[in-house]
Amino acid sequence: MTALDEIKIGGLGASRRRVEDNRFIRGKGTYIDDIVLPGMLHMEILRSPVAHARIRSIDTSKAWEIPGVRLVLTGDMMATRNLAWMPTLSYDTQAVLATDKVRFQGQEVACVIADDPYIAKDACEAIVVDYEPLPAIVNPTQAMAPDAPLIRDDKENQADNIAFHWQVGDKEGTDRAFAEADVISKISLHYPRSHPSPIECCGSIADFDRATGKLTVYLTTQAPHIVRAAVAMVAELPEHMIRIVSPDIGGGFGNKVPVYPGYVMSILASILLERPVKWIEDRTGNLISTGFGRDVYLDGELALRRDGRILAVRMHTTSDHGAFFGDAQPSKFKIGLMHSAFSCYDIPYAYLSATGVYTNKAPGGVAYRCSFRVTEAMFFQERMIEAAASDLGMDPAELRRINLVRDDDFPHRTAWGFLTDSGQYGRCLDVALEAIGYEEFRRQQAQAREAGRLLGIGISTMTEPLGAGNSREYDILGIKMFDSAELRVHLTGRAILRTGARTQGQGHETTWAQIVAHELGIPADDVLVEEGDTDTAPFGMGTYASRSTPVAGAAVAMAARKVRAKARKLAAHLLEVSEEDVEWELGRFHVRGAPDRGVTIQECAMAAYANMPDGLEPGLEASAYYDPPNLTWPFACYVVTVEVDPETGVWDVLNVVAVDDCGVRINPMVVEGQIMGGLTEAYAMASMQFITFDAEGNCIGSNFMDYLLPTAWETPGFELHEVVTPCPHHPIGAKGVGECATVGGPAAFVNAVLDALKPFGVRNIDMPLLPDRVHEAISRRRDVSGAPPVRTD
Amino acid sequence: MYPSRFRYEAPRSLDDAIALLQAGQGEAKVLAGGQSLVPLLKLRFAAPELLVDINNLPGLDYHRVDPDGTIRIGALCRHATLERSPLLVERQPTMAAAAPLVADPLVRNRGTLVGSLCHADPQGDWAAVVTALGGRVVAAGPRGRREIPIGEFVTGPFENALRYDEIAVEAVIPASKGQPAGGYLKLERRVGDFATAAAAVALELSGDVVTRAGIALCGVGPSTIDATDAGRALTGRTLTAAAIEEAADLAAAAAQPRTDHRGSAAYKRQVVRTFVTRILRNVVSTAERAA
Repeated sequence: MTALDEIKIGGLGASRRRVEDNRFIRGKGTYIDDIVLPGMLHMEILRSPVAHARIRSIDTSKAWEIPGVRLVLTGDMMATRNLAWMPTLSYDTQAVLATDKVRFQGQEVACVIADDPYIAKDACEAIVVDYEPLPAIVNPTQAMAPDAPLIRDDKENQADNIAFHWQVGDKEGTDRAFAEADVISKISLHYPRSHPSPIECCGSIADFDRATGKLTVYLTTQAPHIVRAAVAMVAELPEHMIRIVSPDIGGGFGNKVPVYPGYVMSILASILLERPVKWIEDRTGNLISTGFGRDVYLDGELALRRDGRILAVRMHTTSDHGAFFGDAQPSKFKIGLMHSAFSCYDIPYAYLSATGVYTNKAPGGVAYRCSFRVTEAMFFQERMIEAAASDLGMDPAELRRINLVRDDDFPHRTAWGFLTDSGQYGRCLDVALEAIGYEEFRRQQAQAREAGRLLGIGISTMTEPLGAGNSREYDILGIKMFDSAELRVHLTGRAILRTGARTQGQGHETTWAQIVAHELGIPADDVLVEEGDTDTAPFGMGTYASRSTPVAGAAVAMAARKVRAKARKLAAHLLEVSEEDVEWELGRFHVRGAPDRGVTIQECAMAAYANMPDGLEPGLEASAYYDPPNLTWPFACYVVTVEVDPETGVWDVLNVVAVDDCGVRINPMVVEGQIMGGLTEAYAMASMQFITFDAEGNCIGSNFMDYLLPTAWETPGFELHEVVTPCPHHPIGAKGVGECATVGGPAAFVNAVLDALKPFGVRNIDMPLLPDRVHEAISRRRDVSGAPPVRTD
Repeated sequence: MYPSRFRYEAPRSLDDAIALLQAGQGEAKVLAGGQSLVPLLKLRFAAPELLVDINNLPGLDYHRVDPDGTIRIGALCRHATLERSPLLVERQPTMAAAAPLVADPLVRNRGTLVGSLCHADPQGDWAAVVTALGGRVVAAGPRGRREIPIGEFVTGPFENALRYDEIAVEAVIPASKGQPAGGYLKLERRVGDFATAAAAVALELSGDVVTRAGIALCGVGPSTIDATDAGRALTGRTLTAAAIEEAADLAAAAAQPRTDHRGSAAYKRQVVRTFVTRILRNVVSTAERAA
């Protein structure tokens, strides 16, 4: 009897081909718009063309006259059903359909349900809305001005445009450390607003069946169970009669976490009309109204000793949340996990204060490929480190090395109270610098400068908190952030696995089966993974913030271990020995001391249905709800080299080196795909991708001609390396990874361009580093801000 | 996409197509590659009553050289065909340089050069190239054919000189009397973006003397800009550093850029100056290598 080869059965460490790709590359995926129900109607939303205006009247009479129109909904009609407003995930409210005012361009004003989408669109154009224009507020400076018009006049006790003030850390200790510093390094930065832009926009099909009382909603959501809870609570429908189905999802990136007005309208329309109602959002609707990311300003300061030791960090952030505070994040952290900044450095004191404001821009603040504002946190961190190195006249790699947490310092409590538990930070930095040829590049750079050429190198090192909960600290609207898995082994040894997560491209159908293969020795090909249907999947908080592997993935391992425990009883029965005398090897139990006498996991499965011992419950299945003891803390080091054309400001990426330590890799190929995707988005942020607004609040970036996503054409190549430090508390030692490169990558690109511009004394250019901004910084030898500055001190 | 309702016809002869346009009385639009028209329909910025799809018309997908050196491009010749054309590489360096820079590979597979000229987008690549080359457009209508010089064909932003019952069937690039030289450079924020600024330079050389020079710009004005002064400054001269600098400065002066989200007016002028300089220097170094 030879031992099973874990790689051959598609277990841990196998770069198994993604099973879901079989249907995706054949065009056989079932996305929301592929679903067609009998008698289905189509909904189209009329959106506000202006950013801020009082609604004098809405005349829908012409729309009703168009043949094929079944229903026209306005805010007043929603209000009679108490559905004109809904709660956000951050304890604020958001308009479903505007009643009093419109507060951002693209806000939902009315909707039409018709026999086909053409008619619905024609009817939307026939609706006449009389707007009384109000001044638009498009940035925090305007929002906080003393005479600023009040955006949220719908809220009682809201006298200004402040959404929140929040603070964390040791203010006095930080002040003391700053008083003792040799050098104080200051920098002000803006992380511009961007949009996740999944290739599939949002949509829903609501199907209310009067006869059964059941509401089925097919929905583009990363978190179907949260939606079911929200519908049950907001619409006051009985939870057991609500079924949310998240079909194949064409990317989420945080954009498909919130509950959007379109979902609510389609549900109400289906209940009123007793027919299925489909809503498919168009690209412009997605870009101008759904959850954006970032839009945070920083005033940051580091207190330093002359030898490079960081004594303290002080950060003040001002964040622009748009018209409704709708951040999708753990409820008690108002600016997400911003205070996870500097977690990879050993710093005694830290203080963060944060102000959030309302503006006449789209609501959201979703964690765009990000664990709740850690993207901003790590970008600010690495830009502050770079500025400090410059102020100290120190090599930026050396400044990082001096301050990184050392391997023997774990577990390490950060100044803001997080507990990091593992890593080899110095080694990752070494591997990265070696791979890029750091010393040699510095020599080339010096030579190139003599010849008038501008070469630059940028580093970014970071650890980030991935995998919320634990449940003590992390909840969304009071629901704790655990997750779940349910594994059912059939009698022939094949299995079905369901989890509370929802894959949107992460590859769960492939990788979850690999965890089962690792724990049970059942070949991964024999495990069907199913997610997204609340009638069948166990309750979970969904997939975002790189939490699937840390939480649901752990639950998969724990469920498999429960199955193994039961299989052991069956094995003992089959082998006619006591349970204590049964030993486990991958895929098989054998009698202790007699390795030839054994039964396979498949034989145990058959016994669970056909030959169970007296007193043992039939069947072989288990479920596990997993509440992680801590977040997972992957580490990454990204290094980028560039050349800048001084005459045009165009910069070309020469090399990108990524060293990721995400613990044990379930499927190395899938991990590499995640890192490459993340680096692409990092390059996008640094080079071109942002949403801006003109003075009237018009969104500049309402289509893919104006909102620039990089294509394969301009995206650079990436060189990937790995270091593996297993997570000490995760059942299989894995850490989150989906977002590391998006989080840590942008600073490496920006640092590289600014390093190239060092001869010109340019300290900062706000992202994106478009050629004209780079050229302006060179020609005027000064910092270039992409946005109006915000100062609150 | 959910455009407004329209009627669709796909005639099989040019005469039928023209008859449909005539019957359309100005409410019909010609569909060739559709790379500009279809987005306009999607956004409901354009709502024609009738689309006349000319893709079934026979014999319009050519590009060829007459014995005298005149280059002719049919109305259904796609950008991708021009991008891969050995003929252009051999005969017409400015066009060969521009073809791979038009939009992105997807657009190039469907879009047409003649359609791009008809769309008359101030940021259109081909309008600048054909202007630098002094080309013409052949229009076919119920009263026969006429040739319209490119400077008269583009009458304004998104406006051309075609009558409502005419179809642009061909673009004509006059034969080069000397050795053709030149190039095309475009700054775009991303592949497929409209030009922040672009410059087309088309020269004819006799030995190292410039006998004809056309310089045209796109993205830096309300319409395609024919930088005639810049071209004239080179005519009759060799490409000395001084001549190159003068032409580049005159081209930059001819630009009428506006400050917008692609950059400041001053920046766009600087890019024009840099691009004209780089194209002309490249002509010199190519000639030096050949010698």
